[in-house]
Amino acid sequence: MNISIKAALLGSAIALAGPAFADKMHPTTGEKLAEDQTFTYRVLDEHTSVDPQIVEDVSGSEIVRDLFEGLYNQDKDGNLVPGVATGYSTNDDKTVYTFTLRDNAKWSDGKPVTAQDFVYAWQRLADPATASEYQWYVEVMNLKNAGPVMAGEAPLSDLGVKAIDDHTLEVTLASSLPYFAKTTTHASTFPAPKWAIDEHGTDWIKPENIVVNGAYTLTEHVANERSVRERNPMYWDNENTIIDKTVALVINDENVALTRYQAGELDRTEIPAGQYPALEQSHPEEAVIFPRLCSYYYTINVSDSAPEFLKDVRVRQALSYAIDRDVITEKVLQAGEIPAYTFTPGATAGFEVPAVDYAGWSQDERNAKAVELMAEAGYGADNPIDLTLLYNTSEAHKKIALAVSQMWKQNLGVKVTLENQEWKTYLTTRGEQNYEVARAGWCGDYNEASTFLDLVQSGSGYNDAKYANEMVDSLLADAKTMDNPQPNYSKVEEIIAADMPIIPIYHYSEDYMLSPEIVGSWPVNNVEQNWYSKDLYKVAK
Amino acid sequence: MLNFIIRRIAVAIPTLIILLIASFWLMQTAPGGPFTSERPLPAQVLANIEAKYGLDQPVYKQLWDYVVGILTQFDFGPSYKYKDRSVNDIIAQGFPVTLTYGVISFLVAIIVGGALGISAAIRQNSWLDYFAVGVTIGAQVLPNFVMAPILILVFTLWLGWLPGGGWNGGQWQHIIMPVIALSTSYMASIARLMRSSMLEVLRSNFIRTARAKGLPERTIIWRHALKPSLLPVVSYLGPAFVGMVTGSFIIDAIFGTGGIGYFYVNAAFNRDYAVMMGLTILLGSMTILFNMVVDILYAWIDPKIRL
Amino acid sequence: MTDKLAQPFQQPKTADAAERMVENVQGRSLWADARRRFIGNKAAMVSVVLLTLIVLFSIFGQSISEYDIETIDWDILGNVANAGQPSLSNGHFFGFDENGRDLYNRVVQGSRISLAVGVIGALVAVVVGTIYGATAGYLGGRVDSIMMRLVDIFMSIPYMFVLILLLVVAGRSITMIFVGIGLTAWLDMSRIVRGQTLSLKNREFVEAAVATGVPTWRIILRHIVPNLLGVVVVYATLLVPQMILTESFISFLGLGVQEPFTSWGALLSEGTKTMNYGMLWQLAFPLFFFVVTIFCFFFIGDGLRDALDPKDR
Repeated sequence: MNISIKAALLGSAIALAGPAFADKMHPTTGEKLAEDQTFTYRVLDEHTSVDPQIVEDVSGSEIVRDLFEGLYNQDKDGNLVPGVATGYSTNDDKTVYTFTLRDNAKWSDGKPVTAQDFVYAWQRLADPATASEYQWYVEVMNLKNAGPVMAGEAPLSDLGVKAIDDHTLEVTLASSLPYFAKTTTHASTFPAPKWAIDEHGTDWIKPENIVVNGAYTLTEHVANERSVRERNPMYWDNENTIIDKTVALVINDENVALTRYQAGELDRTEIPAGQYPALEQSHPEEAVIFPRLCSYYYTINVSDSAPEFLKDVRVRQALSYAIDRDVITEKVLQAGEIPAYTFTPGATAGFEVPAVDYAGWSQDERNAKAVELMAEAGYGADNPIDLTLLYNTSEAHKKIALAVSQMWKQNLGVKVTLENQEWKTYLTTRGEQNYEVARAGWCGDYNEASTFLDLVQSGSGYNDAKYANEMVDSLLADAKTMDNPQPNYSKVEEIIAADMPIIPIYHYSEDYMLSPEIVGSWPVNNVEQNWYSKDLYKVAK
Repeated sequence: MLNFIIRRIAVAIPTLIILLIASFWLMQTAPGGPFTSERPLPAQVLANIEAKYGLDQPVYKQLWDYVVGILTQFDFGPSYKYKDRSVNDIIAQGFPVTLTYGVISFLVAIIVGGALGISAAIRQNSWLDYFAVGVTIGAQVLPNFVMAPILILVFTLWLGWLPGGGWNGGQWQHIIMPVIALSTSYMASIARLMRSSMLEVLRSNFIRTARAKGLPERTIIWRHALKPSLLPVVSYLGPAFVGMVTGSFIIDAIFGTGGIGYFYVNAAFNRDYAVMMGLTILLGSMTILFNMVVDILYAWIDPKIRL
Repeated sequence: MTDKLAQPFQQPKTADAAERMVENVQGRSLWADARRRFIGNKAAMVSVVLLTLIVLFSIFGQSISEYDIETIDWDILGNVANAGQPSLSNGHFFGFDENGRDLYNRVVQGSRISLAVGVIGALVAVVVGTIYGATAGYLGGRVDSIMMRLVDIFMSIPYMFVLILLLVVAGRSITMIFVGIGLTAWLDMSRIVRGQTLSLKNREFVEAAVATGVPTWRIILRHIVPNLLGVVVVYATLLVPQMILTESFISFLGLGVQEPFTSWGALLSEGTKTMNYGMLWQLAFPLFFFVVTIFCFFFIGDGLRDALDPKDR
């Protein structure tokens, strides 16, 4: 876990020894670099903010990771590499972490980046007056006194973070957290320039006011059109940064985005559902897929408001068995998604997918079993189940719902009414258990199985199935303090597979078209997809 | 006329207030709120946020504070979704974009549509008529959500003549496709209305009299027939102009132009109350204004109409 | 293909339509004149025939196909671009949609919904808009002012919220499409009609009617409205495609037509998404029917306008 300062210094020494970029070669790989180092990518939607403590969406966090630098970054495989911190030490029970900050880190206005900037940022995150949607992240970090500070019951200074001197940051946790350093790659924990915020208020992140400590600074932002970030000359590692300019274009329609990619206007865009095989054939180098830490599932209402037949575990199992996951992944989505029989993706760090029995059956066996279970439960052609499948308006959700409804109809004789709703109506309907079966998706907050399995805890706010099982609750509670929680996780997955309050369908993959110049440097092995423009480069065609 | 304008502005204020209350009520009643999300926020966090934006106040108090903010500081509030900007910022940035392509589309629609409609009427049931009708229908039957991607496919991918979207500060290359996609259906409507009313006027008694007097056809059309035949077109232009400049969600969504049409629709989906209210007031004011202009134009077209 | 199949129905249906028109007009000689003029209008008559064919297609089209709108062909799914092309031999006349379902039946069913929505929506808009606009314009003064400010408000209220609320309050059903569409469609119509009325009411024949003591409602219905017909008919034909496309937006919000049912608007928007991926037929077939229908409505509208023009009597 401890990051070797020496290795990091050695790395940058090698880089410095390389012949700058006079002949436009990549310092470590030796590839010939392109003349124009501008990276242009498509985003679906306007980002919510670039204020590190306010940002709450993926596309905003991507920008924040370029503009600001926290204690640690991730490399292309998702491992921690030093950011502003050069290393840390902990006490024996891992409740106090002491970070050493590099002395050459500067803000874009020339001021040094100090431990106080982190203290300010973390207090700002916890401060009720900031009203950050990610305020709860200080609880994920397990900082001491997080709860009372968040509620405004204790002063900000009680929060478990303080500056020993300009370059030493001391963090005190409420209890031991072995993976604390991992939490510092999250955008919410990045430092903030107090003087700029005091001077400009909420306008401080506008291009004309912004002060940053990352490799890039914001130079242009037109809402819903584009945002541009360009090289920050004050950045401590500016010499090793290759991309000069990164442009995010807001293009709502994925098909139009692909057309514009093909016209050479973009370096990166998402592949529309179902188009991967064709693109893979025509542009084998550019069509890239890799697994993500996300699961797609159908949640079944098992609360008191649910219809009788859904409370019957045999019906739930039959519904799950009758779904041919291979058809969904290979014929509907066709972009390297992984069929799911358990909830937690296999790509999760330190997690091994347990062998639940129905995962090993052939689809014919599953179908036969499903028919059998339905008959046992007393439903069939003469007494068919009539259920409503809820999903939010989206092309991909629609396609999956269509296929699943046909599988249920053809295999089990279940009559399915499809109901799509716009996003917020759908969330309200689902959250109030006004549904029978609903589409849902979940992406891990961090790379550990509990981020998924906590969803089936009876107390979880995200448990829209309203599934409650004391055994699951206690297994998960115990897992928190175990050195190797895998047995508990496996047990929980097995219980879910038997009780089937949720029907896992597939684990997401990310599918991109990446231009031939940029594709080589894209961090495909980083399952959290924390990418940094400073680590990318474009090779000459 | 001045009297008329003053009267209309006086009426506009209660009209806007009713609009404001009705819209506010509608928004509050719709399911979900601005901070409803797939991962429900912890109660404490939600409470902090609601306190910050005053959403914990009773509805009438929220409405009152909102109106006071507008009247005293011309402040339309913050966006709940895009937290680094206010509604004023959004309108200041998006409205000029929409206005630019909207006004150009409007002019194109009037000039081309009007010309087609008049020529079709003059040569009724000739090949010119059928041609004009064909063109206008052709322009209308391709809905803009079909036409816009086709334009991009042809002009960006195949021909490589124009950029496939964006605004880039309003460079002309970025304006062409949005204008084509937006103006065609309005153009078609104007041409159809123009043709029909021109035909009607050309058959009226005073035109027959003019013809009997042996006036040249050109003079008859331009001097006598054009003005009265504008009436239904002008009625249509009020709502049409508002429709174009307050935005087209489709144009903004497909071309990524950054206009307010996209904000308007998405504010509804995001339950971004303040943005929704700000844009509704803007839209309402424009509707009222242009319907007033239309009424003034009536009096110019037909002096017998009393304002 | 379609033409050949529908041919047998063509003759009786056209005569039928013409007869119905006659019934409506109750043998007044002015109307008979109009009818004669309309029948003499070649473009309009061709359109009537074509439109009749499309209506027949939408009603009886599925009877010549062995497939339905919702069954997914699992062998085609995922390989539609290559294996799902239109083919006469396998009975999938219009090929498959992107989800592996028979497109022919979907177009048939979509036609039914869209024709109904287009015609009924436009009809409601015309009736409500004309009466509202004519009343406001004729009465003038304070009544006019209040009625038109109401229109201003309706035009500016955030439409999406109205639809979202409708969904929540009333639930979804086919009738909700008509309500959702009808709510806004009449507004522009009423503005146009009012404008015409303002001018009409100063004409001699109206003043004569007023002088002879004809009651107000009778003046509006007998003297104002007939003289508005030209504009109304033309604008109504503009409304039809607008209604059909509005429906697709409403359904997108989850109100109205839900999968597996479809409409032209939905088919067009799906077809647009896949046109660049070698599945152009998914756009071409629904677009063909949409375009032909709109052409027909326009020419019929023009024919009617010319035929009904009071000054031509």
